[in-house]
Amino acid sequence: MSLLEVRDLRVSFDTDDGTVYAVQGMSFSVEPGQTLGIVGESGSGKSVATQAIMGLTPGATITGEAKLEGVDLLAMSERELEAIRGSQVSLIFQDPLTSLHPLYRVGHQIAEAMRVHSQVTKAQAEDRAIDLLGQVGIPEPARRVRDYPHQFSGGMRQRVMIAMALALEPKLIIADEPTTALDVTVQAQILELLARMQRDYQTAVILITHDLGVVADVADEVVIMYAGRPMERAGVEAAFVEPHHPYTQGLLQSIPSYSGRTGKLRPIKGYPPSLMRQINECPFASRCPYVHDECRVAPPPLKPVGTKPGHLSACVLPADRVGLSAAAPEGAAAGAGAAEQ
Amino acid sequence: MIRLVARRLVYLVLVLIVITFLTYVVFFVGNPNDLAARFAGRDAGPAQIRDAAVRLGLNHGFWYQYWHYLVGLLHGSFGLDFQNQVPINSEIARAFPVTASLVVGSVVIWLLIGIPIGIMSATHPRTLRDRAGTTFALTFLSMPTFVLGVLFLLVFYYYLTRAGLSWFPAAGYVGITTSPGQWFLHLILPWLTLALVQAAIYTRLIRGSLLDVLGEDYIRTARAKGLSRRTVIYKHGVRAALTPVVTQLGIDVGTLLAGAFVTERVFGLPGLGQLALNAIGAADLPVVAAVVVLAASFIVIMNTIVDIVYALLDPRVRLA
Repeated sequence: MSLLEVRDLRVSFDTDDGTVYAVQGMSFSVEPGQTLGIVGESGSGKSVATQAIMGLTPGATITGEAKLEGVDLLAMSERELEAIRGSQVSLIFQDPLTSLHPLYRVGHQIAEAMRVHSQVTKAQAEDRAIDLLGQVGIPEPARRVRDYPHQFSGGMRQRVMIAMALALEPKLIIADEPTTALDVTVQAQILELLARMQRDYQTAVILITHDLGVVADVADEVVIMYAGRPMERAGVEAAFVEPHHPYTQGLLQSIPSYSGRTGKLRPIKGYPPSLMRQINECPFASRCPYVHDECRVAPPPLKPVGTKPGHLSACVLPADRVGLSAAAPEGAAAGAGAAEQ
Repeated sequence: MIRLVARRLVYLVLVLIVITFLTYVVFFVGNPNDLAARFAGRDAGPAQIRDAAVRLGLNHGFWYQYWHYLVGLLHGSFGLDFQNQVPINSEIARAFPVTASLVVGSVVIWLLIGIPIGIMSATHPRTLRDRAGTTFALTFLSMPTFVLGVLFLLVFYYYLTRAGLSWFPAAGYVGITTSPGQWFLHLILPWLTLALVQAAIYTRLIRGSLLDVLGEDYIRTARAKGLSRRTVIYKHGVRAALTPVVTQLGIDVGTLLAGAFVTERVFGLPGLGQLALNAIGAADLPVVAAVVVLAASFIVIMNTIVDIVYALLDPRVRLA
């Protein structure tokens, strides 16, 4: 059984300007101890989707199913969710500068979750906090445990967040762009730390990012998200070597190193659709070089493609048409040569 | 932390010196004869005026006079008043407990009203409860103190007394050491008058501050940890939302301690505000000057206290 199985998740917000349909039918699953990368550009709904299933999106209308070990999180009361948050599922957020409470010592903030979820004394929780700070690579943890967040650098604060997330040895950590706000050199350290902690604690991780390089490094499986829906889902190798969905292909080609030596960037032309309405066609249709009539009728469901098991794509193109070399549309050969280099 | 406190205290002393200097220049610098004439009384002849000038030390140089005044202040003496030739100290010593009682009591009341309503409004934004809180705030915010005070007198003194229930006195003050019960009865209406207007301000202040804080990332972190709604709101939210409130409270208490002029006037409380108003009416300059120095000192001292409390509340400030 999957650790977390999300099916047809829909999240919308009522605002003064109308309803925003942030997530429009998201499905994914996470296996125990595995890393799932959720990739998408800003506004694709990747953060909202994961925060909604944990009940962290106040005011949202949520439908669908999100089963953690068979129990639907979306059907739970606030009390039941509180018992799961922080103990079975932990979250790490993007900006470690603003995600820690400025007025409390980091040791207290780490110990707080332990004291809520398990019967430990203050001293035990403090000892465990020191232990955790040491594990996440903070020097002199016994002294630093009494420091405030502003006394740490960005990278060190994210280590504190990771220590906090690990405190109760959760089954799943949702890391929402954990390295986006950090220096590139620190990013690698944090990802490595996350991977090591995942091994040590046998934790599954959902890694939300818009950085394909990060996903290639650490994920086992990838879900490509666009306009609130999954476009493609594959093992990490298949996603990078045999992408099927034109959006995935476009994303990979827009990475500067994939564009060849011409020195030109190859962005995907056009803009994502507005989420102020429910989209009743393939959301990528307006930007897709291969758009067919049937793409306009309904959003294509995920179907098996390529050669690897578990490789799914929400595209009507033939299932065996995978890889970047297949990406060049006839007549629109702008990047075909570059992709083959 | 110690360095911060030390630096604040040095500033405090410097500002107080500047205040006394300016007050001195404004009130006591001028033609010695004019000043002495004012002091000697309306019917005084030239000889009496000269005598008065000598007695007041007005024939000495400016710096000598200022130094003399400053030394007097440092010994806790504001000099004699023009009108009655009594030490201003004893007048202030009589008036200050009245104002202090008024201010401390109403601070307690307005915080007890303002904080809960502010928190309720912020945690249930745009609901009926929030709007009720807003209505409360706007009602008293737009009601001047003298209107509210007179209304209270009309309802709780006039109507009640006419109905045979003389619970509340119309005016005056009884010391807490004389009779705690009478002290309370004499102050309850002034307290409410002052507190309701202030409570309205604090309701809005806390609502805004807490709403901002509840939108912060670290509140989401607290919820992600699985803390209860209560813990998130009070330990993480309110704790952080209180800092601007402390600042405002310091300024308000400082200002009011110098004399809650209107409230004291309406309820006939012989506090610092009354003292100042009477002195202004009688052109009794030394008393006015004393109240000005006191008022400025309260504000500066409260500001210093706020700075120090701020550092205690927020570890980030301690670095400064």
